[in-house]
Amino acid sequence: MNITSPDFKENARIALKDVELQEALSQFKYGFPVNRANAIKRLPEFDQLRDSARDLKNHIIENLDIYLEQFESKVIENGGHVHWCRTGEDANKTILDICQQVNAKTVTKGKSMVSEEISLNDYLEANDVQPVETDLGEYILQLRGDHPSHIIAPAIHLNVNDVSETFHEHHKRPKTDDPQALMKEAREILRKEFVSADVGITGANFLVAETGSTIIVTNEGNGDLTQTLPKTHIVITSIEKVVPTLEDMSLFLRLLARSATGQEFTVYNTLSTGPKRAEDQDGPENFHVVLLDNGRSEMIGSEFQEMLRCIRCSACMNHCPVYGAVGGHAYGWVYPGPMGSVLTPNMIGIEQAAHLPNASTACGKCEEVCPVRIPLPKLMRHWREKEFEKHLTPSAVRFGIAGWAFSAKRPALYRWLARSSTWFMKTIAGKKGRIKKLPLAGGWTDWRDMPAPQGKTFMDQWKAKQKAEESR
Amino acid sequence: MSRAEILNRIRQGLGRGVATQQQHDAVMARINAHKATIIPKRSQLAKPAQIQLFREMALSASAELIDIEQLTDLPTAVSTWLHKHEFKTLVSASDACLNALDWQALGEITREQRVAKSGDLASLTTSMAGIAETGTLMLHSRPESPTTLNFLPDCHLVLLKESDIVGSYEDAWQKVREQNPNQMPRTVNMITGPSRSADIGQKLLMGAHGPCVLAIFMLKDT
Repeated sequence: MNITSPDFKENARIALKDVELQEALSQFKYGFPVNRANAIKRLPEFDQLRDSARDLKNHIIENLDIYLEQFESKVIENGGHVHWCRTGEDANKTILDICQQVNAKTVTKGKSMVSEEISLNDYLEANDVQPVETDLGEYILQLRGDHPSHIIAPAIHLNVNDVSETFHEHHKRPKTDDPQALMKEAREILRKEFVSADVGITGANFLVAETGSTIIVTNEGNGDLTQTLPKTHIVITSIEKVVPTLEDMSLFLRLLARSATGQEFTVYNTLSTGPKRAEDQDGPENFHVVLLDNGRSEMIGSEFQEMLRCIRCSACMNHCPVYGAVGGHAYGWVYPGPMGSVLTPNMIGIEQAAHLPNASTACGKCEEVCPVRIPLPKLMRHWREKEFEKHLTPSAVRFGIAGWAFSAKRPALYRWLARSSTWFMKTIAGKKGRIKKLPLAGGWTDWRDMPAPQGKTFMDQWKAKQKAEESR
Repeated sequence: MSRAEILNRIRQGLGRGVATQQQHDAVMARINAHKATIIPKRSQLAKPAQIQLFREMALSASAELIDIEQLTDLPTAVSTWLHKHEFKTLVSASDACLNALDWQALGEITREQRVAKSGDLASLTTSMAGIAETGTLMLHSRPESPTTLNFLPDCHLVLLKESDIVGSYEDAWQKVREQNPNQMPRTVNMITGPSRSADIGQKLLMGAHGPCVLAIFMLKDT
């Protein structure tokens, strides 16, 4: 996938003027966040669960090597295979090898953000293996040559008409704009793919060390058909997804659906443990788990370690005012929103992703809703510091910060500047107290008026208060 | 090669070498104890309230509920349901409790015991547990109940004995361990209502890829 994160500002500008995207985003704001709030009201223990989940994730990371080895040994005990992959390239190659060993021509795929991260589809296609996305949203995107703009609702940026036109073009059936009919059409067409695929690839939401099981969480049931029907099931997943036991997994499942879609529970929570047993009538004969690192192990011991707690629920982006304004594509890579703004620089480098941790108002809503209490604003601030240290910050910003630092270290000058700019702003604001145009602040005043400061500066008020108290 | 590199990098980050025997034992002890963390209060009800909660949660997840007084009523109840939908074939699991029943009530509808195929309209399986907390069914793979029955047909009919209803997921995992002491079943399916998607224009619709209808036949606990 092409990285356009360096063009975030231009991407955002285009997104803000995209009428259809803005319509989709305005609808989106009243979906997931409202459903989440209602689901939490019905579960008084929600905040306690979040504390436990944070602590448990921290414990897992502290013992990650032990849990991964234990998970591996259980998978092998159950007759499966585990492939450790340091990079996306390693993972792609491993998956292709498995496909070629079984002479696979087509593979069905459940929804997997890790597979997006490594551009698995492009790699398979280039090597004569045809991947077919089966999650409805991902399927629509694949037909359009598009990419997800949200980690759990990948086609959130499209409307019914877009889907209608895409299906009409590719399915060669009469055009309809009835969503139910469109879904039925996709259901019928993908049935054939499910049945004829040689390999099924899914992601995993969690890996259970106790049993060597992988679990997928889906509403559609596509992941289940993907992993049940073909002879080979490949799970592409990453190292931070391991949990100790089924009970621990249950803790995260209680948080995941509620934080994501606001459902009490996702429709299908499916555990896979090894290949089919000798007497079973169906199920895959081969079971492979591809464990991807791709920079995650480097985060351990760094200031970004806490990001490894992420369970990919999407609550942070569902509540983010920046995501809500520009959508997911503006972020320019696989993971959008606040979690993406922390993760993306880790994976593609701060040089390319420097805009992302700055695309935040630091309102703190993401941290407030995170089920594993990741301090996302703090982690974004760490990236801003790194950006500054590496001299990646634009010169205007550096000049501004240097100017501010110069005056902040000289109190008399700082006070004089504060007082005179207050006076200046009040003067140009006139009677209404609102400024229509302000030099160097076009980014604000082009869109809305700037309110003029009211009353005296903080320091002047402080002094006056001190004086009044002394004279008492 | 990658394996050693990844594990070494993790250990470096943690500021230690290979875990000591003591660290390893502590992790294994935690796994073997498999203690629950927090079980919500609503999952710790007495039996009648538990059954009521299961019903409410399953209905709110858009499942259909059909009550039966005794197991021998199942063929008639299933037949009525299938006739209402004008289905001609039922693909069924072959659990002993199902095979022991007299299926003549189905009339002209055939009951086939096999894996599901694309185009099948209705399947019938049993379930090992119902989880009251969220109205969730728990099914597991075994020779007499192929997993395709749970996902391929348009309508999934499931027998749930009220006596198999438990409060929480943790209670259900305990049941899985008791019934499968040596190895987890190849797959465990937790199912809460019929398949759905909101991927087209953000409108939530039933029947994406899995069954469009989930009908639960609830057998009274006598």
